[in-house]
Amino acid sequence: MAFVIVTAIIVIGTVLWNFVSPWWFSPLASNWGFLDTTILISLSITGIAFVLVSTFILYCVVKFPYREGHKSEYEPENPALELKLTIITALGVIALLAPGLYAWKLYISLPADALEVEGVGQQWVWSYRFPGEDGVYGNTSGRLFSSKNTFGLDPDDPYGQDDILIRGGEVHLPINQKVVFQLRSKDVLHDFYVPQFRAKMDLVPGQQSNLWFEPTILGTYEVACAEYCGTGHYAMRGVVVVDTQEAFNGWLAKQPTFAETMNEGANGEQIVQTLGCVACHSVDGSDGIGPTWGGTYGTNRSLSSGETVVVDEDYIKTSIVNPMSQIAEGYAPVMPAYATLSDEELTAIADYIKTLSE
Amino acid sequence: MDQNSATYEGQKMYDPKGWWDTYVFSQDHKIIALQYVCVALAIGLTGMFLSLLMRLQLGFPGLFESIDAGSYYQDVTMHGMIMVIYLLTALFLGGFGNYLIPLMLGCRDMAFPFVNMLSFWMYFLSVIILVASFFVESGPTGAGWTLYPPQSILEGTPGGDGAGIILMLASLAVFIVAFTMGGLNYITTVLQSRAKGMTLMRMPLIIWCIFLATFLGLLAFPALLVGAIMLIFDRVLETSFFMPEIFKGGEVLDYGGGSPVLFQHLFWFFGHPEVYIIALPAFGIISELISVHARKNIFGYNMMVWALIAIAGIAFIVWAHHMYVAGMNPYLGFFFATTTLIIAVPTAIKVYNWALTLWNANIKMTVPMLYCLAFLVTFLNGGLTGLFLGNVAVDVPLSDTYFVIGHFHMVMAVSPVLALFGGLYHWYPSVTGRMLDDRLGKIHFWITFIGTYLIYFPMHYIGFLGVPRRYYSNEQYDFIPQSVADLNQFITICTLIVGAAQFIMLYNLIKSLYKGAIAPKNPWDACTLEWQTLESPPGHGNWGEQLPVVYRWPYEYGLPSATADFVPQNVSDEQIT
Repeated sequence: MAFVIVTAIIVIGTVLWNFVSPWWFSPLASNWGFLDTTILISLSITGIAFVLVSTFILYCVVKFPYREGHKSEYEPENPALELKLTIITALGVIALLAPGLYAWKLYISLPADALEVEGVGQQWVWSYRFPGEDGVYGNTSGRLFSSKNTFGLDPDDPYGQDDILIRGGEVHLPINQKVVFQLRSKDVLHDFYVPQFRAKMDLVPGQQSNLWFEPTILGTYEVACAEYCGTGHYAMRGVVVVDTQEAFNGWLAKQPTFAETMNEGANGEQIVQTLGCVACHSVDGSDGIGPTWGGTYGTNRSLSSGETVVVDEDYIKTSIVNPMSQIAEGYAPVMPAYATLSDEELTAIADYIKTLSE
Repeated sequence: MDQNSATYEGQKMYDPKGWWDTYVFSQDHKIIALQYVCVALAIGLTGMFLSLLMRLQLGFPGLFESIDAGSYYQDVTMHGMIMVIYLLTALFLGGFGNYLIPLMLGCRDMAFPFVNMLSFWMYFLSVIILVASFFVESGPTGAGWTLYPPQSILEGTPGGDGAGIILMLASLAVFIVAFTMGGLNYITTVLQSRAKGMTLMRMPLIIWCIFLATFLGLLAFPALLVGAIMLIFDRVLETSFFMPEIFKGGEVLDYGGGSPVLFQHLFWFFGHPEVYIIALPAFGIISELISVHARKNIFGYNMMVWALIAIAGIAFIVWAHHMYVAGMNPYLGFFFATTTLIIAVPTAIKVYNWALTLWNANIKMTVPMLYCLAFLVTFLNGGLTGLFLGNVAVDVPLSDTYFVIGHFHMVMAVSPVLALFGGLYHWYPSVTGRMLDDRLGKIHFWITFIGTYLIYFPMHYIGFLGVPRRYYSNEQYDFIPQSVADLNQFITICTLIVGAAQFIMLYNLIKSLYKGAIAPKNPWDACTLEWQTLESPPGHGNWGEQLPVVYRWPYEYGLPSATADFVPQNVSDEQIT
């Protein structure tokens, strides 16, 4: 009897929870409300099945307890009943599948009149590219990536010169405008996911994947990487700002084109943004996967080897080029080596870190 | 009879000579089963311990300094792999399969006893290699149990620069060798060694389940094997099977032209059948237990067998439902969503038939029955949430959130483990000749049943909210409210209690070995052959001089023409009183 009471509470609780749960869909901010509808359809149909079957089980446990000397009914088969149950289940499955497939058709049909944005993932930072004035993306190749050419754009492609590059993780989008994201990754798998937009798609190195949605509410939304991408996965946070069309135009006009970025001198802040260093190393003194840069220049640091070193230009440069040689105490040895940065770039980074302690 | 007699019916049998032969390098399927169970439970406890470490970080972020992001992901990875492969697959097939196949089919041993022994030792070796990865520099791999390239073999993934990933892949390869040796044995034994009268359609459902699960494994594991070998090549020989152009650490790596998604296809071509490799034996245990303890014939035996065959067949064409948002051709989604939802029909039939078995039954609320009923509730819950994730568009907002964690733990962690515990309580008397302590069993049951439900049920709702899985910490995200942190704390406390409760079972298993009540030969009044041996527990060779002859199906409970409420399979119509 204890089993019946406890399980009845579990079943009733499971159903009621859907009406009182403090956690529910994040407030919708895109056109994908229909995905929420399909979840609600699924909840209703499966909820009914859950209640019916578990109630039947509990009823049997109450109704047919063991009686000494009593024999159960002998009924090995009942094809008519089994057929009926199969048909009912099949109908339930069709009722679930039909809206699911319909929604998928919408989800994968990329609109023709959309704003195009390229989303690029790397450990552990987001960046974006707009096709620029000519409306055509320049060619890219995985072979052309460098710390300078962080999008791997072909420098000789005339279509690429006006491409607008968004480095540093924050992208703006105009409200009520369909957006198609062309997604690619520089290193490992990532997944572009904004809970309020519902849409989600993996970024795969070596190929392109697509995603579209239409932002419907002004505001600032967080991008959370939804495909495990290494130690800093949980820290791969980005921001999408949904603006009015005018504000968006103003913001976009301020962003550099590919041609402009190629003519920039070495800028430490820009380099650490584009390389994704800041996913692990905070600039404000807060702890992360790696030691913070905020207020540490010139201080002493204990290494896991037991030595103590001073955080100076030499230490910083060595730690970038050969991180395993000087692991700070209390931190996991997970940083990849950045061996190909030029001395000019390394100095720029060290200078930038120095400014964080002034 | 002489326990060690070397020939029966003119057939030579393996004849253990001393302690080593009998208990260590044994070729007796019952000893091998026990060896599998003990090693699997030991590594399973390790896997549980790793989950507690994860939960400590999630419930009390930052409180335990030794759990940094790297070690957290290593715990996540090893927990998943250990539980799926080294605990559940090994325990269900190596443990239950080995013990039950010959006994339930009325034969003396497996078809190839020596290969069977090798199977266990290869499994043992794979566990040793796996455990060794905890002790190498930079530790075991933290690539996630799916081991997706490119990150699984690159720096920036915990253990990615050390030997951890190589050991993981090598251990899997050795495990697959072990499984293949065991699997061919199970298949051959089922097809060739059944007692007289034991037609395929008189086999207990658990044998059908293990038989089909083995088939799935033999066809699915090779996909993982080639995936693992190609991944080792990519890592060691710098081939590019799965590696496209990659820019990492400020430079372009020496890879190019490979496809990361190809590995996902190989992995899930194995990975989805793997779900059924675990689920089918659990289905089998439930089918046996529910019939015996409800004192009623299983409802719709034929339909149950055909549903199993349907599930096993369709299991091979649903794999890409793990990859709806993985960047594969989106049109594949239509096909895989349809096949995935179709597989729900035979699965539902199984649940209906278990439930209908209870109708007009004579239900004994024993500990195995409690586990059985709890399985039905959790499996129902976990199976139904699978209809969300299998349904392509519905999966989009939920994929890679806590909804997924809630779903797959309900359906392929809690449910199989409940079945597993039920099975341990049920067959313990057959193995040891003693009963387990009922009171301890009930305490263990209640904590496990209620505790796991409290752990996994709320996870679905923070999944609705969009909380992504595999996050070491949620602190950076504004859309995740404080209440999620509170919930995480609650779940962690539940996990610690449920974890501790498993030691009650462990204590029960060990204590009852010496102090348990002496079990009668057929303590549950079951019809199947493993309870009809001459001696109890059954000796070497199982049956004495005469092999049993089978006259009926395995669920002859409540037969109107008999006085007793059950008729064992080896009792002929003339012998019925």
